[in-house]
Amino acid sequence: MKFSLILYALPWMLRFKSWRHKEFRDRLKEQNLVVQKKIADDSNGRFYSFKDGKIISVRGIHPKPDVCISFKSETIAAELMIPPINYQAQIDAIKNFNLIAQGPDKLVTWFSETIMMSQTLGWEFGTPVGNGEMRYVNNTNGGPVYVYVKDGKIIRMTPIDFQDDDGETWTIKARGKEFSPPRKTSISPHGLASKSLVYSKERNLYPMKRVDFDPDGERNFQNRGISGYERISWEEAIDIVASEIKRVNRKYGPGAIYAGRSSHHTWGNVGYYISAYQKFINIIGATTTLLNPDSWEGWYWGAMHHYGHSMRNGAAEIYGQVEDCLQEAEMIVYWSSDPEVTNGVYGSFEGTVRRQWAKELGIEMVHIDPFLNETAAFMGGKWLAPRPTTSPALAQALTYVWIKEGLYDKDYIEKRTTGFDKWSAYIMGEDEEGVAKTPEWAETETGVAAREIRALARKWASKKTYLSAGSMGTTLGGACRSATGAQWARSMICLMAMQGLGKPGINFGGLQFGSPIDYNFYFPGYAEGGFNGDGQNSANGVSLYQRMPHLLSLNPTQQSIPRLKRPEAIMDGKTEGYPIDIRSIEGQFFPIRYPSPGHSPAKMMYKYGSSYIGTQPDSNRYVKMYQTGNLEFVVSQSIWNEGEVKFADVILPACTNFERWDIGEWANPGGYGHDWVGQLNHRVIGLQHKCIEPLGESKPDYQIFQEVLIRLGHSMYFTQGHREIDWVKRMFDASDLPKGISWKKFCKKGYYVVPAEKDTLRQPTSYKWFADGEKKNIQEPHPLPGSYGEEFLEGLQTQSGKIEFESQSLKRFGQDPERPPLNKYIPSWEGIHSKELFEKYPLQLISPHARYSFHTKGDGKDSAINDIRDHRVNIDGYFYWIVRISMADANDRGIKENDLVKLFNDRGALICAAQVTERLKPGIIHCRQASAVYDPLGKPGESADRGGCVNLLTPNRMQTSKVHSAAYNSCLIEIERWDGTDSIQDNNSAVEEKNAAEQVIGV
Amino acid sequence: MKKWNLIIDVGKCHNSNNCFLSVVDEYQGNDHPGYSAAMPKHGHHWIDHLRKERGQAPMVDLTYVPTMCNHCDNAPCIKLAENGAVTKRSDGIVIIDPEKAKGQRKLVDSCPYGAIWWNDEKEIPQTWIFDAHLLDRGWKEPRPVQACATGALRSVFIEDSEMQRMVKDENLEVLHPEYGTKPRVYYRNLNLYTKCFIGGSVIADIEGIEECIEKSLVSLIKDGNKIAETWTDIFGDFKIDNLEPNSGNYDVEVSHPEHSSKTVSVILDESTYIGSIRL
Repeated sequence: MKFSLILYALPWMLRFKSWRHKEFRDRLKEQNLVVQKKIADDSNGRFYSFKDGKIISVRGIHPKPDVCISFKSETIAAELMIPPINYQAQIDAIKNFNLIAQGPDKLVTWFSETIMMSQTLGWEFGTPVGNGEMRYVNNTNGGPVYVYVKDGKIIRMTPIDFQDDDGETWTIKARGKEFSPPRKTSISPHGLASKSLVYSKERNLYPMKRVDFDPDGERNFQNRGISGYERISWEEAIDIVASEIKRVNRKYGPGAIYAGRSSHHTWGNVGYYISAYQKFINIIGATTTLLNPDSWEGWYWGAMHHYGHSMRNGAAEIYGQVEDCLQEAEMIVYWSSDPEVTNGVYGSFEGTVRRQWAKELGIEMVHIDPFLNETAAFMGGKWLAPRPTTSPALAQALTYVWIKEGLYDKDYIEKRTTGFDKWSAYIMGEDEEGVAKTPEWAETETGVAAREIRALARKWASKKTYLSAGSMGTTLGGACRSATGAQWARSMICLMAMQGLGKPGINFGGLQFGSPIDYNFYFPGYAEGGFNGDGQNSANGVSLYQRMPHLLSLNPTQQSIPRLKRPEAIMDGKTEGYPIDIRSIEGQFFPIRYPSPGHSPAKMMYKYGSSYIGTQPDSNRYVKMYQTGNLEFVVSQSIWNEGEVKFADVILPACTNFERWDIGEWANPGGYGHDWVGQLNHRVIGLQHKCIEPLGESKPDYQIFQEVLIRLGHSMYFTQGHREIDWVKRMFDASDLPKGISWKKFCKKGYYVVPAEKDTLRQPTSYKWFADGEKKNIQEPHPLPGSYGEEFLEGLQTQSGKIEFESQSLKRFGQDPERPPLNKYIPSWEGIHSKELFEKYPLQLISPHARYSFHTKGDGKDSAINDIRDHRVNIDGYFYWIVRISMADANDRGIKENDLVKLFNDRGALICAAQVTERLKPGIIHCRQASAVYDPLGKPGESADRGGCVNLLTPNRMQTSKVHSAAYNSCLIEIERWDGTDSIQDNNSAVEEKNAAEQVIGV
Repeated sequence: MKKWNLIIDVGKCHNSNNCFLSVVDEYQGNDHPGYSAAMPKHGHHWIDHLRKERGQAPMVDLTYVPTMCNHCDNAPCIKLAENGAVTKRSDGIVIIDPEKAKGQRKLVDSCPYGAIWWNDEKEIPQTWIFDAHLLDRGWKEPRPVQACATGALRSVFIEDSEMQRMVKDENLEVLHPEYGTKPRVYYRNLNLYTKCFIGGSVIADIEGIEECIEKSLVSLIKDGNKIAETWTDIFGDFKIDNLEPNSGNYDVEVSHPEHSSKTVSVILDESTYIGSIRL
């Protein structure tokens, strides 16, 4: 009876909505079809004929409906159809086949989305602000923004000034002062430049096909990166992509599709890569990319073995350090740590004001970095500049002084650590190697004066010191991305163990993480996977899956390509690597081979997001990879025509997150980045309004995936009948947001500020529990219960539960002479000890993260960032990437400020504008990584690039042989004034070669 | 009558360029009728940054100075403009009318600060107008101030007399007061850009080992007079700042009760790190 009534009422509801809302009226006119709703055994039912916007409702069973939705029983049907929809019951019914939808995917999807749409009509978004402008909200990789829109055009984007009724702000009391951050959001330059990126002339606005690519004939792989493009229709583009997916699957079997993505080119929990993209590739069964822990590297492969934290990729705990540092610390040592440039991760300038407080309190600063970085320049203090890759030697010499002069915490060593005796013997030269790691020994290696090493060691030991290791202060850092990356990260742990990690004022951090916000308020981070339902390759199963019931997804293809060996995998057809498996310390010891047993090598590539050539080491390899026939088809789904998009056969134009619906929290990845919101002064969760219509014919990624999947019959499984806005609402309901703000208000206002934590409920300081010998009391769900050796919450994740100077996990692994259980100093395989190479290429290159762009986000693309004088330099109308060179090296080479110079080695060459500086010692070159522009002057892969891809020069060798990790900062090069040619060799060799060639051909 | 002023603390600028980007965002692609025409896509720095590196590795510091239209009370551009193309508002803001100023390229040269930019395509001179169009709509501060994360930029809307009190109390300066244009943009800690330092590191052998010598007394002598005195830190480093560039000969006298004394002569051109001084 109930079921019959609902069936009867449904068309009336739709008609009513259609009468009220023009958009719904238009929607109903889109399709003519017959939809049957019925009980599976045909005992009851009603069908609806949609024709030109009208609905005819007839009781009974239609002989041939276009769409048939059947329920097992009337009770189930009634439960599922009465609003508000019980999604848990709906998902259960789908999984148990109590609810079945049949018919062409396109029509089922249309009908389901129409029903969803009927529930969302009348929602009002944004705030009118006068002058004909509406104010919306959106997120960027570097902070949330207000977006002002007028006549369908974005006028401006600004940070958000909080209103009086927004969540309150915390206060820290330290040394008689009170500190409270400003009541507004901060923003990174790449976030503030977003409007210029939306309206960039480098946007892909139409589907394109390479002119000499014919899927049914000649494909001309060799012309990738060379040939031009022609515009095609979406219909044709999607047809090619879908038929190529089908073709390679049938021809080669599982694994033939390879999916490669970038990180960080957009933001939002629904449309971002771990959500829509990941579900898509699970559905098409693509070979995935085996990631290296690219930001963490040395922490993951090294530091973890001394103190655990596998589920943070080897990073340290991140709680309470802001308050403890301001109240207790007397000194902060920033080691390979430039938070004013890297902004934590996504954290804009939230830590900046806290560092200013530290300065105000007179906390002393030391900066250890081959380059006088921006944080050092901003904070002041002592600058020590070890040669690139030699920081572990510096750390060992500090250790030597501490041991020799008894300047360490003996009680802590006794109670909280193991293996110190062996470590001490190695450092003091009392082991079989017999080399004492004296400051003089380290001076030869690092270039830092022995007397300064002694002074630092004494100062450090006499003051309560925070170690800001890496850009987060608790991990990352350029020093972890070289041949000695793991050694450096390991040495950070060993140093802190000697000074009593976790005692008041002694901890990891540079005031970038650990602010006293409310960590318990739940809002999912993007790594919780949105609607992907993937419990294996995202953190979906932790909380979001239960809170927002949705369909599971799992990739049936158990094959992945190690990211750093991607070109070799494609070109040679085989390779191997080691995984990120964070469940345990030992997860990283399992080699992964490509191809997987019984799988096809990759034959087509589905490329999504931004450039590899700008970000991956030795990236001329990529040119060769793209130009091989081993990849029979390359599709690039990309917002901008940047990097290697021009190597694709078909380009699918995606839109930015300002042109589609989404929702997300500032700086909240969740999962691998659990509680990274602790770098913020206020948690801000934003509805990401669709501010404008997608430009040109570009579309949201979600819709592009959906279009492809309609061709494959998977669309309903992909979307569950939801549009993006429906997932946004589901995400809202799944979070704690409804406790703080109504949906109606959220739609208009666009953001919510989570009130600060009560003083009495703030998280305790990280490692205090450990130093005090208590059970772990900070609120992080790591490590897994089985990782505790004895009692739950007792001790660290290591075998001993203590900080291990001699790592038991590496000892058990026992297969890696380059990673011995004791953190011995092994000089970089490319560096000052590489005799012949060093003679040929006497300059050590470091390529830390860009300051104004975020990886390739914000660079190139005609963005406003290009005009920043310290980002690129406009010379004769071309924006050149900047290389920084010491005065002495510049003088030796006749190089002056803003000269165009060529950086080169055997791997490649690029042209940059020189900035001559005293911020480097001679012999060291600084050139930030991640140009979005690859612009070879001649033949791609064999000529100099003037786009600024410094990674053309960096080595592809693993840091050590049993890991999967990049060593960008182990790189030797030479520089000379550019002679205007496209040669990748030095000028003289190029001339000699040209002469020789001319002789041969008799010119 | 309250007027707008901008105060820039050079010591707090970390060169994020958020002020520059705010201006680009506000004016590129947007005409603000009655206030300004859209800014060209590239090449205009209505807010610009001067960069100054002082010293030599390893004793180097870095200062950035944001520059822009000074909204001068005695503005040469106003005097030179034809048909009233440049006006001074009652709130102190200087505006170049994009229509009346068309073709008046000479205005670019009229600004001794180089803060007026020529728009080739539209043939108009342009500057940053202090976001007057937004302030007129009730915005509390111009966008570069809002987007500045360090508090290096501060806009104040006060009486001129009060502003002059602040100038005194906070030691504010204007760029090139000698131009006589009476800027409304003031600077703090400008000495980090205009002045220079002499620095060094004091070392000595103690029991055959080279050490940094802390708490050495360092005196700076000019023309026989001691003009400054400081102590070395734990790294043996000292830095005497606020000296005039190109100011000639100095003697640096270093002494420590447990070591010998030494005097080093310096000819000061720009900031100088004289390296190690061995006692």
